[in-house]
Amino acid sequence: MGYTLNFSAVWRSFDDLLFGLGLSLLLAVLSIGIGCLIGLVLAFGQTARQPLLRAPAGLYVTVFRNTPLLVLVLISFFTLPQLGLRLSKTNSFVLALSLYSGAYLAEVFRGGLLGVPKGLREAGLAIGLTEGQIRRRIILPIMLRAVLPALGSTFIGLFKDTSLAAAIAVPELTFEARKINVESFRVVETWLVASALYVGTCSILAALLRRVEARLSLAG
Amino acid sequence: MSAPLLEIRDLHKSFGSVEVLKGVDCTVQAGEVISIIGSSGSGKTTMLRCVNMLEDFEGGSIRIDGEEIGYLTDGGRRRRKPEREIARQRALTGMAFQQFNLFPHMTALENVMLGLTLVKKMPADAARATAEGWLDRVGLLNRKDHRPSKLSGGQLQRVAIARAIAMSPRLMLFDEVTSALDPELVAEVLQVITDLARDGMTMLIVTHEMRFAFDVSNRVIFMNQGRIGEEGDPKTMFANPSTERLAEFLKNSRFS
Repeated sequence: MGYTLNFSAVWRSFDDLLFGLGLSLLLAVLSIGIGCLIGLVLAFGQTARQPLLRAPAGLYVTVFRNTPLLVLVLISFFTLPQLGLRLSKTNSFVLALSLYSGAYLAEVFRGGLLGVPKGLREAGLAIGLTEGQIRRRIILPIMLRAVLPALGSTFIGLFKDTSLAAAIAVPELTFEARKINVESFRVVETWLVASALYVGTCSILAALLRRVEARLSLAG
Repeated sequence: MSAPLLEIRDLHKSFGSVEVLKGVDCTVQAGEVISIIGSSGSGKTTMLRCVNMLEDFEGGSIRIDGEEIGYLTDGGRRRRKPEREIARQRALTGMAFQQFNLFPHMTALENVMLGLTLVKKMPADAARATAEGWLDRVGLLNRKDHRPSKLSGGQLQRVAIARAIAMSPRLMLFDEVTSALDPELVAEVLQVITDLARDGMTMLIVTHEMRFAFDVSNRVIFMNQGRIGEEGDPKTMFANPSTERLAEFLKNSRFS
């Protein structure tokens, strides 16, 4: 029994897939952007000298890193309206992925902060810089360079996580692929093309990040 | 005698239950070059770090040009000064560290410029000119665009000294600046310090280089178990130590 590949139905709807991919990227960029801000604040909180800052940051990471993303998405879309916060499908997904990525990125950044030699802070203090200036001008740039490789993997993972938005009918790549699949019954072709789009996009993303890494390398 | 540049009174400092400084008194006049010697754990580095508030201290006072460093007392209660005020006071002193602590993401020039632009609020071109001037003084103008990863240990320490001195501090603190260097790189760093001493810069130098301490300082302080064990001019002290502890220390440091 043979299965003949026939991509014509997929190519006919290829624009829908590309549109879906575009939305996936947009979801990822927004969520990762917000997640980075959350992650930075949490990472500095977790490494702070004051226990009053460390505890809430630790609690956040525990809660959001240990809840499956799909559950967060469903809570964000179905539960928040009950509490009076009604967001669009897209916004509620961005909220869920932002909170979730914040927890993961916090751990990446925290690892980077622990690797910054203590002496650099003291050198900054010794020339009269304030703690804030030291964080912005010395610790942050050094930490970001150190975490770039780990950050790349995290970004790619989070980009792929946007496929969970299909669960609440956000028309991103996975949702569009499922629609084509249902309409055309070309199961193999549809998911081959959709996977190829994910793999291609992630590869480009990885290559870009590696170039940034090489440019910012401290060895140069 | 003029008012002292640095005045340390009854300085006490503990790490947990271990008392590291047990009442140190020390007065430094402008232009003096003072070497602080002593075994590991005698408190010499800690004393230096208290002077620019890299360490908090529980008792006593430190004054630079009569201004109390780090703490204020009101209504009989001693409080740490606000962070901004301490940052300003730290800029009164410059410090060079054993591990150099250059900022690895900046070139030599950027390392020296950072404090000038952020703390001294100099415009970029003036800061650049000042920084280049000091890099020239330490013989590294031709390395100004190099990152720390491309510099030798001796060069790193010279940039670090330029970074500190460019801030025109009232007092320079050197914390075992040659201890992490390969032996053949020590001389170039000591030469830079000797030049600065000749220019009249006031200095406190924590060092294990006895020959250097002997040659460069007007006065030597021997720290012993958290107190000043002995102090005086190096020639007398090294020739005729008046305490057994110093005699033993000098013997073990093989000073000849």
